[in-house]
Amino acid sequence: MAVSLNHIAPRTPPVSHTSWRLWLRQNLFANRTSSVTTLTLLVLGLWLLPQLWSWAVWHAQFKPDADACQSIRGIGACWGVVSEKYRIIIFGRYPFAEQWRPLLACGLLVSLLVVSCMRAFWRIGLLWAWLAVWLAFFGLMGGRLFGVSLGLSPVPTDQWGGLPLTLMLSSLSIALAFPLAVLVALGRRSDLPAIKTICVTYVELVRGVPLISVLFMASFMFPLLMPAGTTPDVLLRVLVGITLFSAAYTAEIVRGGLQAIPRGQYEAAASLGLGYWKTQRIIILPQALAHVVPGIMNNFIAIFKDTSLVTIVSLYELSGALGLALNGDPLWRPFKIEGYLFITLIYFAFCFAMSRYSLWVEHRLQRSQAR
Amino acid sequence: MKNSPLKAAIGGAAAIGLSVLFSTQAWAGKTLDTIKQRDQMVCGVNTGLAGFGAADSQGKWTGLDVDVCRAVAAAVLGSGDKVRYVPLSAPQRFTALQSGEIDMLSRNTTFTLTRDASLGLHQTAVTFYDGQGFMVPVKAGIKNAKQLKGATVCVQSGTTTEKNLTDFSKANNLGIKPVVFEKLEAANAAYFAGRCKAYTTDASGLASIRSKEAKDPKEHAILPELISKEPLGPLVRRGDDEWFAIVKWVIYGLVEAEEYGITAANIEKLKAESTDPVVMRLLGKSDDTGKLLGLDREWLVRAISTSGNYGEIFERNVGEKTPLALKRGPNAQWAKGGLQYAPPIR
Amino acid sequence: MNSSFWHQKQARRWLYQLALLLGLGLLLAWLLSNTLANMKARGIQSGFDFLWANAGFDIGESMIAFDSSEPYWRAFWVGLLNTLRVSVVGIAVCTILGTLIGVGRVSNNALARGMGYAYTELFRNVPVLLQLLIWYVLLVEFMPDSQSPLHFNDWFYLSKNGISFPIPVWDASVPGLVWDVPVWLDGEITQGISLTPEFLAITLGLSFYTSAFVAEVVRAGIVSVPRGQLEAAKSIGLSNWQTTRQVLLPQAMRVIIPPLTNQYLNLTKNSSLAVAIGYPDLVSISNTALNQTGRAVECIALIMAVYLCLSLGTSALMNAFNQRMAIRER
Repeated sequence: MAVSLNHIAPRTPPVSHTSWRLWLRQNLFANRTSSVTTLTLLVLGLWLLPQLWSWAVWHAQFKPDADACQSIRGIGACWGVVSEKYRIIIFGRYPFAEQWRPLLACGLLVSLLVVSCMRAFWRIGLLWAWLAVWLAFFGLMGGRLFGVSLGLSPVPTDQWGGLPLTLMLSSLSIALAFPLAVLVALGRRSDLPAIKTICVTYVELVRGVPLISVLFMASFMFPLLMPAGTTPDVLLRVLVGITLFSAAYTAEIVRGGLQAIPRGQYEAAASLGLGYWKTQRIIILPQALAHVVPGIMNNFIAIFKDTSLVTIVSLYELSGALGLALNGDPLWRPFKIEGYLFITLIYFAFCFAMSRYSLWVEHRLQRSQAR
Repeated sequence: MKNSPLKAAIGGAAAIGLSVLFSTQAWAGKTLDTIKQRDQMVCGVNTGLAGFGAADSQGKWTGLDVDVCRAVAAAVLGSGDKVRYVPLSAPQRFTALQSGEIDMLSRNTTFTLTRDASLGLHQTAVTFYDGQGFMVPVKAGIKNAKQLKGATVCVQSGTTTEKNLTDFSKANNLGIKPVVFEKLEAANAAYFAGRCKAYTTDASGLASIRSKEAKDPKEHAILPELISKEPLGPLVRRGDDEWFAIVKWVIYGLVEAEEYGITAANIEKLKAESTDPVVMRLLGKSDDTGKLLGLDREWLVRAISTSGNYGEIFERNVGEKTPLALKRGPNAQWAKGGLQYAPPIR
Repeated sequence: MNSSFWHQKQARRWLYQLALLLGLGLLLAWLLSNTLANMKARGIQSGFDFLWANAGFDIGESMIAFDSSEPYWRAFWVGLLNTLRVSVVGIAVCTILGTLIGVGRVSNNALARGMGYAYTELFRNVPVLLQLLIWYVLLVEFMPDSQSPLHFNDWFYLSKNGISFPIPVWDASVPGLVWDVPVWLDGEITQGISLTPEFLAITLGLSFYTSAFVAEVVRAGIVSVPRGQLEAAKSIGLSNWQTTRQVLLPQAMRVIIPPLTNQYLNLTKNSSLAVAIGYPDLVSISNTALNQTGRAVECIALIMAVYLCLSLGTSALMNAFNQRMAIRER
């Protein structure tokens, strides 16, 4: 039998899925609302961004020259205020000649925190490094350690300020709050009614009040609570306040992690004959804490931002130090906005880096838990 | 926890850090003994008021209140440099003194009944007689305080200033709207940015702020009315009469020194040569007044040599040659028509 | 089976609880005795009787009439009303703004997604106090001077004294609503409603800050609804709007409401920062009272109690709302 070969007309080539035209259509002009949104946002952007660029970069003045800054006021930013005052802003009231010490201390602390985030360094040596760096930090900043002078001029704690103060308060309070938070979270889940009530009261009480009232309480009332004759250091009071505050929030995060552990784990541990504390230490807490690392990182970011509130109890962290630098100086005071933007940049850099790290950890956890 | 060594290490480091921060000072109710043991006096001062208590960017403190602290420290410890200054905002100053954090509060604080009677504090002697005034921008065209009808006025929170403003507004039916800031710097900044029509604080403070913070001091006018009495002076804690007497009499000593012409420059000469019985008593040559206070006989000599007499302190910090350019006015000696009257030191 | 006391689980439980309670009790007793001793030694008086004393200070803006001859408790009440005013307006604004941005972040428009991302990252990573201070400086610097305000037709004014606009009020003499129009005289504005720069700074600052977090919450809620639901809705012919309203929103709300409550509570607590920019909220007035009476402990305890009540109240309200929105599962 003969089969007729009717050639089928050649088909048109498939539509390309990678051309930029298609991407535009799908992502910017998919439907009517989308197109309208795109056009509005483009118009807004094209109107705002060139003005912002012109103010912040093109016409800006970078040299610390007050007269030049005055002449371009309103037209360009005066970043000269930063080049003039950056030392007071970053180090606060620390004696001028000794500012290499907080710089070194900060550098050590930041590198320690960065190194602790990298998995390759998670071994016993890291703990010794933590201890050493904290000792070095306090030794450098204060000039003395446990009353023993280190050959550096002593600097009292009410002169510590700026970035070292922020870093110290946030990392130390998180480190101290963590053990307390784990205990409180375990206590809240326990079935001993007294312990449970105490933990619940503590957490709900602390979470219901603003941090500023906790700081006021710590700074005004703490000396009254101590025996007559002792004067707790001003930094210590604030540290205690922030630690108690962050412990409550961290406890809730850890409790969320504990709730995610299946009952089977507890039962298996019991069947092996492990007691309460052994179960927690070997089986439950490692899994729970691994779950909540992103949450704890977010908490750390929140506490880092909240240390800016110590300005209100007259400790001169970054915004307080800016006030100190500019308020008494009529030459530079009109350029407060540039100063604020500088501090915003510092905070943004730190917090953004931490939040990216937290996302990375979350992704790694999801990967490690996928079967 | 996964790593008990981790927990232990962090806990250990924290405990070490905390113990570094925790400073215990034995305050057995005798402030003088504590100060001598510590070999340093802790003085509460203003955070930054030019002429009264302000630090430059290197951290050196100057001002009228600061000089009074130095004089007291010199009388007690031998040197005016043995002082640690603690800058305090208005809300914190009384609790800092009550709690023992500072030994003496020298922070342009007004003497009032409430502060003397109910806060557990004692007012020593008046170092500056002042009154509350207003500062307005010249272009607002206001010539006296009664024209401030319905005006917004910037003021710092927690000071007698707030209450006096209210009383003045009520008495003259002005309906003034206060904008209240926690920090002095914030109140200044708001006034100079144009948020308020007027700014109010002690007249000496107005002069100081105008000289230091206004871009062009000539654009701001201080209104002539003083709407209250503000006697300013150092405060100490109750319950320690010895320390109270020391601070009070150092101040009176400085005033008396001016009355009798003793200055920091001529004190050594007068000590060697003078035969005036009052001068000899003041300088410890004839009587030992220091022993009655718990100090040695040269207490007033050291105080005067460190800061000068009252007149010198005034001229150096707030006098006519300074940017504040304040006249002696009520702060002149009683013999010249002012209010500074020291009881006899004998 | 005669196990010793120590080996009986019941006994151990009682022992631990007793030990903890005893320890805590001792600690509290020690702190209390220190406090009382300190207060006695320094002659500091205590008690809440100061609340009925004359306040002696004026309050710059208040929702009810307040005079310096009124007692302290009324001043605190004014402060509380000011705090509520900021919280309510802030919650409303941040919800609307946050929802818009959250929806924008999951939309199919790349520009909206990008700008939404930039917005949330910018506002979440800067401390709220700093944002409030920047808002305040911007508002006070760039608003027109009070001597020459921007005005529209003599009933809308914009100046360093704030934004003023008319408001209808009930007038008994003409039984009916009458416009209360702002009157500008020599740099000051009376009558009408005035929003001061302090109020604007704190409300806008808090709203923009919290809206970034609300945007994240909304985004998480929308993303949590399985794609299958939307595809099924499309396959039975529901329009976009109907899908959103009847399929997406009810399921997303379950995931959104608890964290949203948290954000509302945070906004209410953050309003306590008004003390830094001169807005007379509860903490600011309590500060003034603290300074004038010296009763630090009582004033701070009062603020903490009030905020605790506000938090518990808001939580209870949102929990009730949550119950109503809960979908009854099979």
